[in-house]
Amino acid sequence: MSFNFSFYFALFTVVGLIAVVLIGVGAHLQFLFGVVIPYLAVLIFFVGLLYRVVKWARSPVPFRIPTTCGQQKSLPWIKYNKLESPFTNFWAAVRVALEVLCFRSLFRNTKVVLTKGGPKLSYFSDKWLWLGAIVFHYSFLVVLLRHLRFFTQPVPSFVQLLEKVDGFFEIGVPGLFVSGVVLFVAVTYLLLRRITIPQLRYISLPADYFPLFTIMAIAFTGILMRYFFKVDIVAVKKLTLSLVTFHPEVPEGIGGLFYVHIFLVSVLFAYFPFSKLMHMAGVFLSPTRNLPNNSRAARHINPWNPVVKVHTYEEYEDEFREKMKAAGIPVEKE
Amino acid sequence: MAKLPKPDELVKSIDYTPPEKPWMETKPEFIPGTYGYGVKAKNLKILGFPNQRDFYPSDEDWQLPENWKEIFLEGMEDRLNRFRSFRLFMDICVRCGACADKCHYFIGGGDPKNMPVLRAELLRSIYRRYFTASGKILGKVAGARDLTYDVFKELWYYLYQCSECRRCSVFCPYGIDTCEITMMGRELMNLLGCNVNWAGEPVANCYRTGNHLGIEPQGIKSIFEFLRDELEDITGVHVDLPFNQKGADVLFIVPSGSYFADPGTYTMEGEFLLLHYLKEKYGFTYTFSTYASEGGNFGLFTSNEAMKRLNAKMYAEAKRLGVKWILGGECGHMWRVIHQYMATMNGPADFLEVPRNPITGTVFEHAKETKMVHICEFTADLIRHGKLPLDKSRNDHWVVTYHDSCNPSRGMGFFEEPRYVIKSVCNNFYEMPENTIREKTFCCGSGAGLGSDENIITRMRGGLPRANAVKYVHEKYGVNILACICAIDRASFPPLFEYWVPEVDCCGIHELVGNALVLPDEERGVRKRKTDLRGNPLKGFEDEEGTEE
Repeated sequence: MSFNFSFYFALFTVVGLIAVVLIGVGAHLQFLFGVVIPYLAVLIFFVGLLYRVVKWARSPVPFRIPTTCGQQKSLPWIKYNKLESPFTNFWAAVRVALEVLCFRSLFRNTKVVLTKGGPKLSYFSDKWLWLGAIVFHYSFLVVLLRHLRFFTQPVPSFVQLLEKVDGFFEIGVPGLFVSGVVLFVAVTYLLLRRITIPQLRYISLPADYFPLFTIMAIAFTGILMRYFFKVDIVAVKKLTLSLVTFHPEVPEGIGGLFYVHIFLVSVLFAYFPFSKLMHMAGVFLSPTRNLPNNSRAARHINPWNPVVKVHTYEEYEDEFREKMKAAGIPVEKE
Repeated sequence: MAKLPKPDELVKSIDYTPPEKPWMETKPEFIPGTYGYGVKAKNLKILGFPNQRDFYPSDEDWQLPENWKEIFLEGMEDRLNRFRSFRLFMDICVRCGACADKCHYFIGGGDPKNMPVLRAELLRSIYRRYFTASGKILGKVAGARDLTYDVFKELWYYLYQCSECRRCSVFCPYGIDTCEITMMGRELMNLLGCNVNWAGEPVANCYRTGNHLGIEPQGIKSIFEFLRDELEDITGVHVDLPFNQKGADVLFIVPSGSYFADPGTYTMEGEFLLLHYLKEKYGFTYTFSTYASEGGNFGLFTSNEAMKRLNAKMYAEAKRLGVKWILGGECGHMWRVIHQYMATMNGPADFLEVPRNPITGTVFEHAKETKMVHICEFTADLIRHGKLPLDKSRNDHWVVTYHDSCNPSRGMGFFEEPRYVIKSVCNNFYEMPENTIREKTFCCGSGAGLGSDENIITRMRGGLPRANAVKYVHEKYGVNILACICAIDRASFPPLFEYWVPEVDCCGIHELVGNALVLPDEERGVRKRKTDLRGNPLKGFEDEEGTEE
């Protein structure tokens, strides 16, 4: 698949989605885009997520295959690496937790440079992807948590605290939330590296660009709504609260921008279980990370351990008995 | 035979920038030198494997059965249901590219389909097409593609350019392990009789004769005795070589590479000396087996069932011979099988005892289930307890570096034991650069059934990162030998170094131990060792002509 195809297919899909919602709002389909689709999307998200996780979980883990990145537990005087070569379930869980929270494997990333005279291969630490990824995920999380304001009444104190920290710089009115801007910048970085690094551009599919464009558009419409083309925020909250209390109502006079925003969020939710975004759940199940490295000390059970045909010693001796005897190798049957 | 370009020409050809043409639209060229010969019918017959015919990858027609596509897809579905790793790794890759430049075949070759992510995408595109809703409906847009004859051949080509070293999985944020994907892909290939012969023949040999090389029992004995005589010339010691003896303390299983060709044989001789010394001094008893005469397991590179069929001999023989536990030699993938698969597949080994070193009293708690101990663990324990008199200076003619073999590193976490042993027997030891050792170590380029002569270009390319790091320490510290604990390494480094860094040699760790071990006669001053196990003069004896050889 060519770069052009992947890139523009994803781009035009997102543009098309925006067009659909704008036309829909023009045709007074607010209830569809403000209530029906968000409900559907959340339903698809949870059912789909559950379906996928159950599907993974139903495939057993026949072998204990952690990727060991540190010293095993062996002789008592050799210091072993609890984190990178965990011996217990507890430390394996810590390993997964740190992977999820700190992206430790990405932190290891290196970049290879080949100098052809020589030749000489050099490896440099390359943490840009780690930085981009961690900034992207955490700012997204903060933005998501901040949005709890729209779904709770009264607003929980931790959300208020989060808003205070997020709006620390107190720029403009309403105060600038750093997380939204950072999210937009981070997702733009992830897109740019995908376009500019030749190898990455080569492997990228529409499914790689689509979520990036969608998230960019979500962040962008969010920023527009908050700072530039303000929507009726009281009406918005009325709608969102009505959704969580299952008494949906669509107040008049919420701007079209809002519907673009919530529609794209819905699309992302509904798309999630069918896409690579499932890495969010999958990372917890990864057998190379979530298993302890103790397979010589505790037997791991393979539920389908097959019965296989083996070549027994008796068969072996039957074939070679005379030769063994001649060579003075002991045999069972003289 | 393939024409291998000169090293500088080969380097010149490396280009990391992918071509303009999208990857789904390019086909691999089966250039001689970049793939191994296909498996022979006779080997498939011995194992009762499907599609028994002589397989020639260079042929247009691979003589697949009519319904090959169904067999492939049914096999795939079966494995998706049996291996969580497979299903998960098909689903969760985000194509972030962190793995792209971690593969030695990509670094030394530049073929974009050797980027782990793309190697996996070759199979993933088929998975999407036949096993996901989006792929079924959207097809190409969802990154899916039909399984065609060409796609099948392409997959084969790149499955056999992966040495299952797991380096990429260290860097993957989700731990996606290309090794797992390659293993699954190769199982599918084997459903259609499309193995490489360099894996298929060892498996067949091992099944019948107990070792990869197909050596019959009397042959093994005579090879061992030949090595014993060589050793006697150098050390004056006539080591005891019990075969298939019942009631010994341990059954000692080594990879056949250790007794087949040098420099592996020097490692074997070192192990002979060690065991003999322990027997004489402490009454430790051991036996070799002709039936379980292979530590390695090329079944690992074929299918999990094949691996289990070969591995079964170890426990069966230990049980028959009534030993207490099993000691394993220096071999890389052997130890991945023992560490991560053996107890699961062929355990529980409740007829054996929890391994205990009778000389030091150390109980190897970490191996209490599998009941198998690595000889480096065993030797490290002996040295730690001061049970071995060692003369480090006997390795002074060597400036040593250590290569972490892939499987013990990333499939076991085996880093300190070998280093401790090396540092105890050598004075000159230098590490290679940090990003090329331990969990980030590079494959020799010839693992997982890729080590055949006809595959020489792929091997020299894949071995470049390792050889280049060796070159670095050679130039910086004068390193002239690389120690490792893998028989495939010891077979593949000599030609690799000859090509990239001809000044450096390769050895196993127990060769160095054998050099340093002070035998009773030497301790008493009755005899003096003048050469190492290779017959090279030791420092201080360079002028003496006709040393023992």
